[in-house]
Amino acid sequence: MTATSARNERATVHPPRRYRSENGWGTRLGAVVIVLFCLLPFYWMVVVAFRETAHTFDTTPWPTFVTLDNFTAALSTSAGNDFLAAIRNSLLISLCTTLVAVLLGISVAYALARLEFRGKNVVTGIVLGASMFPGVALVTPLFQLFSAPEVGWIGTYQALIVPNISFALPLTIYTLTSFLNDMPWELEEAARMDGATRGQAFRKVILPLALPAVFTTAILAFIASWNEYLLASQLSNRRTEPVTVAIARFAGDNPYIQPYATIMAAGTLVTIPLVVVVLIFQRPIVAGLTAGGVKS
Amino acid sequence: MMRSTKRIAVLALVAAVALTGCAGRSASDVDTTARGPITMAMGSNDAGKLAPVIEAWNAAHPDETVTMFELPKDADPARDTLVQSLQARSGDYDVMALDVVWTGEFAAHRWILPLEGDLAIDTSGLLPATVDSATYRETLYAAPMNTNAQLLFYRTDLVPTAPATWQDLLASCPTARAADVDCLDLQLKSYEGITVQATQAINSWGGSAVGPDGLTPTVTTPQATAAIQAVTDAYADGDIAGRSSGFTEEETNLAFLAGETMYAYNWPYMFDTAKTEPTSTVGDDFAVAPIVGPDGVGASTLGGYNNAINAYSEYPATARDFVAFVQNEDNQRAFADQSFPPVLASVYDDPELVAQYPYLPVLKDALEHAQPRPVTPFYSGVSKAIQDNAYAAITGARPVDQALADMQAAMTAAAS
Amino acid sequence: MTQAPSETEAVVLTTGTPDRRRRDDGRWAWALIAPTLLILAIVIGYPIVQAVRLAFQADEQLDPATGFFEEGGFAGGSNFVHWLMQDCGGGAGSCPPGTLGSEFWSAIGVTFFFTIVTVTLEVALGFWFATIMGKNLWGRSVIRASVLVPWAIPTAVTAKLWYFMFADNGIVNSVLGQQIPWMTGVWESRFAVIVADVWKTTPFVALLILAGLQMIPKDVYEAARMDGASRWQQFTRITLPLVRPALMVAILFRVLDALRMYDLPAIMQGASGGSPTTTMSILVTADMRQGNFNSASALSTLVFLVIFLVAFVMVKFLGANAVDQTRAGARPATKEKTS
Repeated sequence: MTATSARNERATVHPPRRYRSENGWGTRLGAVVIVLFCLLPFYWMVVVAFRETAHTFDTTPWPTFVTLDNFTAALSTSAGNDFLAAIRNSLLISLCTTLVAVLLGISVAYALARLEFRGKNVVTGIVLGASMFPGVALVTPLFQLFSAPEVGWIGTYQALIVPNISFALPLTIYTLTSFLNDMPWELEEAARMDGATRGQAFRKVILPLALPAVFTTAILAFIASWNEYLLASQLSNRRTEPVTVAIARFAGDNPYIQPYATIMAAGTLVTIPLVVVVLIFQRPIVAGLTAGGVKS
Repeated sequence: MMRSTKRIAVLALVAAVALTGCAGRSASDVDTTARGPITMAMGSNDAGKLAPVIEAWNAAHPDETVTMFELPKDADPARDTLVQSLQARSGDYDVMALDVVWTGEFAAHRWILPLEGDLAIDTSGLLPATVDSATYRETLYAAPMNTNAQLLFYRTDLVPTAPATWQDLLASCPTARAADVDCLDLQLKSYEGITVQATQAINSWGGSAVGPDGLTPTVTTPQATAAIQAVTDAYADGDIAGRSSGFTEEETNLAFLAGETMYAYNWPYMFDTAKTEPTSTVGDDFAVAPIVGPDGVGASTLGGYNNAINAYSEYPATARDFVAFVQNEDNQRAFADQSFPPVLASVYDDPELVAQYPYLPVLKDALEHAQPRPVTPFYSGVSKAIQDNAYAAITGARPVDQALADMQAAMTAAAS
Repeated sequence: MTQAPSETEAVVLTTGTPDRRRRDDGRWAWALIAPTLLILAIVIGYPIVQAVRLAFQADEQLDPATGFFEEGGFAGGSNFVHWLMQDCGGGAGSCPPGTLGSEFWSAIGVTFFFTIVTVTLEVALGFWFATIMGKNLWGRSVIRASVLVPWAIPTAVTAKLWYFMFADNGIVNSVLGQQIPWMTGVWESRFAVIVADVWKTTPFVALLILAGLQMIPKDVYEAARMDGASRWQQFTRITLPLVRPALMVAILFRVLDALRMYDLPAIMQGASGGSPTTTMSILVTADMRQGNFNSASALSTLVFLVIFLVAFVMVKFLGANAVDQTRAGARPATKEKTS
């Protein structure tokens, strides 16, 4: 049985419910360490978010002086902040970015992995080169481009989505190409011989196999876009600003005091939608990520 | 698809023109009598203080309303936003609340209109140092809105009266050691705060950071050397707390409120936080005095905002009336009420306000001795030259003479 | 949009001559690639062209007579000389401390130091994460969700969070029972930035590697075990070669990202230069803040070249070019084991 044909057997969507004996204590301990590594700082953020401002620097490791004030402060619209709107903006921008970047990424990856054409190396070079220019040097030219009267994009969503797409593209293209390269194209060939069109063959044969990579890539693209701050801070306005900009604008009562607790509350609020998204899509993600495995 | 490529080419041209042709407008080709609705841009942390002012203005001028646009909270991104829009020659922000140190740069780029002729304002009642901070090359380019000066905060439970000179201050440090607290905390982290401290020291010792032309650095004079040497020695002796080298205003404030230091240099806002913050342990056991130099009251460094009129504004006349309106007595009194130190001298003598804010007379004293930071078009470069080298000198990384020679050279390089 | 060949046409064409087929492939390929190139041209291409153009212009000069800024004119290569030779007007090495010019080489050093340390740590940790995440563990979903958390927190918040934890009276010092100046010491502050970056980015690397690991068929390992291969041999002879394309993509992207590191050090230590964590990107913004758009453009061009060189070396000599693998030649040799 070759590696290729092994992969052709569609994997089960549900991971087998039989836990291998190979998961020794080392693995279990490792899993615990990973969860702690990832969650402890986050836990601390949540604890401080729920703590009265007066005790922000309290170092008791469990929640003390619990209060909701910081969340009230983070969500209050009194000081001109509108955090919920910012979360909506971020979701809209990141979802659009992810959708377009993954679609374009698949098209380019398909062209690079499957098609013979001149200039392939030039295209790869351009895509890679695009991810090398320092982002800080993009801000001014883009601002001037978008604020030109013929364009008038400042304060629109596309002013934020288009740059985000271009940042996500090299990643989506590269990752997807490296996976599509490993696809059993002879199967697609066979489907085409049976009369399937190019599109049908790709959809029916290749796409299901590539799903894990597509999902992973989508998550990466979504989060990258969700985290983008540098350009958003210059190219957004009150109506379109994403959460990163909103958080950066959080102000306390005076300019010299960092409202740490408010920032931590905001950070908690921003992280929750993503965790929810992950949990909602848990099944497809897990299915996707394990599709490469074979029924054991 | 074809059309959009063409469009991009057109755009590239437009942007190229915008980038290369950064020449602003001079007052001569602006209609200084035009009136209409305007927008004011200001950092989001203080913009709220203007809300009542704008409300009052809009009630009286329904055809020339003012809308507030909030800039990012931090100074750098706020300035970036303004600079970018001005480079695109946008008149979006008719009135811009400039951090005092930006005035020279904005003026030299012709981004803001000189307040002369139709746009002249009356500065007779203002504190002279605030007018200086808005003046570039003998021309007034902005209307001071509020000001600020650092004060010496001291713990009355440890020292009954404020020190009169720098030497007195150092002489009382054993008291702090006995009480197991820092003697003096101030902002020596390598950021704008150490520029404030260094220029404050240099001015207090009778020197100056730059000469009368606002460009030529003068930090190798005997006075400047003595000033930085004094701070360096105090830091080396531990009279200035070692941890101050990592302090911004915020850490200073936290340390003072926690009762960890006997003296602190900070802005007046700390008066309110020490009195009202629930975390404050100092209660009423503290008072303020002007900062000190070798011979008495020192020369504090000025802070605050200056309101400037955008050179591309459609309605300069309205903008001018509004910046003058901000300076009227009612509004300045309201600022004092929000710990936003006014620029109008008379407000500081108002008995009612003084009863409520006991630090006002001290602040006025400090402001009368205060000096603005250099009004130079190369401010950020100059400030960086001061920051990096003052930090190196004070923390002992380089000898004072050498660090000041480097500072002189770096300030010269920044302004070329 | 160019008209893509219709699907029926495509079917006919694929059964045609190889030559016809290549032409058809080409048309399809460019139709698929065009929108991407358009977006990249707007967002990246245009600014690069601008930067190169501006790099050869002098920054505006103050007219001593009027006090106003005037056009700088053509500068030739002097902006590049300024950075590379630390020339502040008095010949090579004339930039005194306290000028951005004097920080060029240290910024490059700091950037490379950050890149090497963070990427090494992230790949090592990421590999380990991925191995464990790939196992059939109870609570796998918990691990997956929690691994995404550090990455889901916006960088601005991450920076503030670690700044807060590393504060003098923060939780880190309190747990260690030490008074370490995390935010002011030279190496301490660099360490703090590295910790924050590793925490934030390891999940990203782990996910990329995991996706690569998932592509490896299980029966390869079965066969290897039957042949008596040890755990270590399985790892070095099967896992590493098979996961290599995915791993290389992960490393390449992390290196390119790390070389442009800006947010974390800028928020934790300030972006005006002069701090022990000043990276190349921070130097660019610091120079723009001083109004020197043209020398900043020259600097971004230099940064671009440095990164380009690194990427070139990686692609050329380390085989980080996943795209270049032709379908035929890229199959790892271990495949033979599986038959």
